[in-house]
Amino acid sequence: MVLALSVARLLAWRQFVGKGVVEAIVTLPLVLPPTVLGYFFLQFLGRQSIVGQFYETWFDESLVFSFSGLVVVSVVYSFPFAVQPMLRAFEAIPQSTREAAWCCGLSPWQTFWKIELPLARSGVLSGMVLSFAHTVGEFGVVLMVGGNIPDETKTISIAIFDKVQAFDEAAANQMALVMLIFAFVLISVVNLLARQR
Amino acid sequence: MALRINIQQWQTIPIDAQFQCAAGEVVAIVGPSGTGKSTLLRCIAGLYQPDAGFIYCDDECWLDKSQGIHLSPQLRQVGFVFQDFALFPHKTVLDNVLIAMATIDKAQALRYLEQVHLNGLETRLPATLSGGQKQRLAIARALARQPKVLLLDEPFSAVDQVTRRKLRLEMQQLTRQLNLPIILVTHDLDEACFLADKMIVLHKGKTLQQGSPQQVLQFPQNSTVAKLVDVRNLFTGVIEDGQLLWSGQSLTILPSFEILENQFIHWCIRPTDILLHSRRRVSNGDKENALTVRLIEMMAVGGIVTLIVQLINQQTQLQMDLPPHVVERNQLRIGETLNISLLSKAIHLMVV
Repeated sequence: MVLALSVARLLAWRQFVGKGVVEAIVTLPLVLPPTVLGYFFLQFLGRQSIVGQFYETWFDESLVFSFSGLVVVSVVYSFPFAVQPMLRAFEAIPQSTREAAWCCGLSPWQTFWKIELPLARSGVLSGMVLSFAHTVGEFGVVLMVGGNIPDETKTISIAIFDKVQAFDEAAANQMALVMLIFAFVLISVVNLLARQR
Repeated sequence: MALRINIQQWQTIPIDAQFQCAAGEVVAIVGPSGTGKSTLLRCIAGLYQPDAGFIYCDDECWLDKSQGIHLSPQLRQVGFVFQDFALFPHKTVLDNVLIAMATIDKAQALRYLEQVHLNGLETRLPATLSGGQKQRLAIARALARQPKVLLLDEPFSAVDQVTRRKLRLEMQQLTRQLNLPIILVTHDLDEACFLADKMIVLHKGKTLQQGSPQQVLQFPQNSTVAKLVDVRNLFTGVIEDGQLLWSGQSLTILPSFEILENQFIHWCIRPTDILLHSRRRVSNGDKENALTVRLIEMMAVGGIVTLIVQLINQQTQLQMDLPPHVVERNQLRIGETLNISLLSKAIHLMVV
């Protein structure tokens, strides 16, 4: 969330060389097929990769097929869902409002806490809710990078898939219903927050 | 307390501005849109850093590019009234004022609100205020900062005509009470004349002329300034034998202008300074630069009747402003022939 807030503020207000590239990278997980993304992660975080070897040396654990790896992957995969609503919310704050805060003597940090964050509140909360929901429901990337290890990397979506494969429709129904209610409640919350803007 | 400004900017929006503003003085910066008026104000507030120059508030250096000094807006202690007011929409009227105060003092904050006639609205949110109330709140917030300089960026542009007139009066009273430099950016000349002690004409970022509003409007330094301050009777002519030759006429001018002999010049005369010859009674002024013209158009706006007249057998047109009772008394009708005088002392000449 801290990273998403920082990136959203940076993209909303700062002009810098390569801004378009950063925007594209941040949005990329939104359009890239999950399996492709998962495959790249396997290559990038796998035991043969520099990052994977580095992590394993320091933490004595592999990044792929582990909960830690799943967390890293989820952060990247769900990043656009957190950044985009926050970015729109920050962009909606007029520059003059921030400048007025500075002229009132507020430091940049005070301006963030007292002015920017309360004004972008609905966007920030939407980002949090959407990215959380997306992380809970992800399937392709999790399967590619995390595998299907019970109590370690098995998400509800994968569990539903397993139950269907095992012809256990009753369990699949229950889990799918829970997911449906969960998604409905979250979307309602997001809509409510958007209306409060 | 006085503000001294000398700043230059070569890129994006060129600026080359030098002026001073003393405590208790209101300086109006006028000029067309995109000429750098607001950028100039932002430079003073520390929101924008020019390429070169300095800004001093008394002995306090806010900016000196040669010494690498650039104080942040937080350290400059300026009161800034933004064009869109830039109020904090999630905070109440009282909180908008309190946030600008160095130490939280609710009683003092209420006094600021009372000063701008917003008492009783403390708990309201800005969205529930009218345009005029928002403007007053923006001023109260600027004052709550206990500023060393007050900056007003087109403060009346977002309110309707009736409210604007009322707010101008209030602002005039307020500026008299405040003993600090006040800089007003506006493209409204009436506003500048009404509120300012000094007017600065800015064109393409450059200060072309500064002086009292009356002085700038009556005696523009050149035709560019004349056009910018909306001089309606602006013409070209040539000086020969101490006379101004213009549109087939030979006008007597003041002797001080004879140094411009044999030069093409611009000249202007204010619409209020053109003398209409009374049809009943001839005065001495009628003999001075007398012209016969035809009345083309009459428009009554705001208690003044503007007449457009055309020289007989010429295409040249002049505008003159008369009080309605003069128009009524002389029974002026469109198409009629009138006799007017361009008094020598009212003719202002400018080198091309």
